[in-house]
Amino acid sequence: MPEVLKAPLVVEFPFTRSLGPVQGAFLTGLRERVVLGVRTSDGRTLVPPVEYDPVTAEEIRDLVEVAPTGTVTTWAWNHAPRRDQPLDTPFAWALVRLDGADTALLHALDAPGPDAVHTGMRVRVRWAEERVGAITDIACFEPYDDSPNGGGPAEPAHHTGEFEDPVTGIVAPARLDYTYSPGRAQTAYINALADRRNVGERCPSCRKVYVPPRGACPTCGVATLEQVEVGPRGTVTTFCIVNIKAKNLDIEVPYVYAHIALDGADLALHGRIGGIPYDQVRMGLRVEPVWTEGARYPDHYRPTGEPDADYDTYKELV
Amino acid sequence: MSKEPVAVVGIGQTKHVAARRDVSIAGLVREAAGRALDDAELTWADIDAVVIGKAPDFFEGVMMPELYLADALGAVGKPMLRVHTAGSVGGSTALVAANLVAARVHGTVLTLAFEKQSESNAMWGLSLPIPFQQPLLAGAGGFFAPHVRAYMRRSGAPDTVGSLVAYKDRRNALKNPYAHLHEHDITLEKVQASPMLWDPIRYSETCPSSDGACAMILTDRAGAARAPRPPAWMLGGAMRSEPTLFAGKDFVSPQAGKDCAADVYRQAGIADPRRDIDAVEMYVPFSWYEPMWLENLGFAAEGEGWKLTEAGVTELDGDLPVNMSGGVLSTNPIGASGMIRFAEAALQVRGQAGEHQVDRARKVLGHAYGGGSQFFSMWLVGSEPPDA
Repeated sequence: MPEVLKAPLVVEFPFTRSLGPVQGAFLTGLRERVVLGVRTSDGRTLVPPVEYDPVTAEEIRDLVEVAPTGTVTTWAWNHAPRRDQPLDTPFAWALVRLDGADTALLHALDAPGPDAVHTGMRVRVRWAEERVGAITDIACFEPYDDSPNGGGPAEPAHHTGEFEDPVTGIVAPARLDYTYSPGRAQTAYINALADRRNVGERCPSCRKVYVPPRGACPTCGVATLEQVEVGPRGTVTTFCIVNIKAKNLDIEVPYVYAHIALDGADLALHGRIGGIPYDQVRMGLRVEPVWTEGARYPDHYRPTGEPDADYDTYKELV
Repeated sequence: MSKEPVAVVGIGQTKHVAARRDVSIAGLVREAAGRALDDAELTWADIDAVVIGKAPDFFEGVMMPELYLADALGAVGKPMLRVHTAGSVGGSTALVAANLVAARVHGTVLTLAFEKQSESNAMWGLSLPIPFQQPLLAGAGGFFAPHVRAYMRRSGAPDTVGSLVAYKDRRNALKNPYAHLHEHDITLEKVQASPMLWDPIRYSETCPSSDGACAMILTDRAGAARAPRPPAWMLGGAMRSEPTLFAGKDFVSPQAGKDCAADVYRQAGIADPRRDIDAVEMYVPFSWYEPMWLENLGFAAEGEGWKLTEAGVTELDGDLPVNMSGGVLSTNPIGASGMIRFAEAALQVRGQAGEHQVDRARKVLGHAYGGGSQFFSMWLVGSEPPDA
């Protein structure tokens, strides 16, 4: 069996996020080197703050300022930092309970090695040089020796949460790296297209021919193995005229996006129609593929000049 | 043992708009949930479980948002479930919640669906650059427009029908304070003159992109007896699925939609939907789907749905009002859109629909679909409880 195709697929998008009153105050505070928490109805202080009380579900807005120093409650060593992590040298992911807070905040702890980190160790915020109102305004935590002072927890002080020029939204980029494989059946289809042949697969049960093939019949739930060459000619079963240009498509508008039933196939595939004014394309139009050198797919389909197919011959495929 | 009857005793939604930059996602869902609780005159402590739905995580880029929303929805220490069935999710979320009550697993359930499209990119999230595939498609409109053309060919409908639906739905939206689009200067001529985006679909015949949430409180017979306002009773509810593409798929009138409706009618004892059902709130993201679904749902014979629209039967004061709220064409926070349909059906039979109330609405169908016309969810609600 020929090797199955594989290729990287990167999905990446800069999502925007409206912060609302509590997260907005928290991130604006970080920009101003102030760490804010929120007081719950049972008197605990949550850092980072949340909008709704986890116990009573009531809206909570009683903001307090906590200290930039705290205690590691637990941690894990990160041997090999990945892109966009807070530090590019090995560090500890640590949960830090800031002085005055009852919950711990997750962040990076800069330490020379895992032997230098322990639960209960004292740490302090290392502020980023440039702060914009984001969790990365805390560059990381760093070890902090405050034993001469005793290091007792500071009493959190009430804070209005109001700042000049508050941050109301952030951009949160997300990125996923996949290895995509179209699988056995589509690999065979794509390899045949390299010879400008359309090879589908027939379901052994319902006898329908799938192009492109999926390796299994979605109706009968059985594997499809019998290869069937279809086309190259086909019939336009239905279509639309696209008048808006898509950002990711290098196709001039207007163009005709059509469903094309290749001769011998039992469901239509999709393609662009050319070689005819867009407003003369019609259901039943007979078409054939037009290839450009080196392309994986036909560039478009053009009229064959045959008479239009009778509606009854393709209506089951619409 | 028969099922427990399910009642809707609280409904809440946000004012749907293009962008709610003043609230987080938690703040958005909280607003709808709080209004539903107020409507039911209940508190967070009265809720036994929470069932939440939204469209794909990658729309807003928050993975498993239900985890982060547990405290905003008072779900800490309670069961919380997430449902996902693409655009139909708002409907199927309500049905999962209803089934928990019907099965007597929980007495009172909060169900909620949302989307914050201003923080999302639905078009991009659905059109990933898959290797080895030919990029061809321009958004959901490009996907559905060929099926609209197929409907026009099959039914012989005149090409004016789509504009009539859009004109009607946008006027209905003017009576609904929660609707996103309030086009006070709308005219039929303006709809007809709007640009063709994906011929045969015009700009004004497409749905907007909205931020919004919708919530309902579902409860059992005992809960309904305590309700301060008339409940809506679930008389039937069903979901059906089929593959996106398969040989023999009928995109104009999918089999799964027909089967889903038939199941609901069987449960509710509906022999003739056109006669027995007073109004329909259906999922119409592109105007032509009104006549298409009228046929799929059995309100008209095949090829005849457009005649109801053209004759004004589906107008707010018509014999079978459709999309009294203004529909998806006027409000589309995708994940919430199905639940807004279900909630509107319930508002109507409760007599709580305000200016878009249909007189004597006793049985109303709520309908949602999603994906490539492959997921369907529907419920029929009534002003009277189901027969024991």
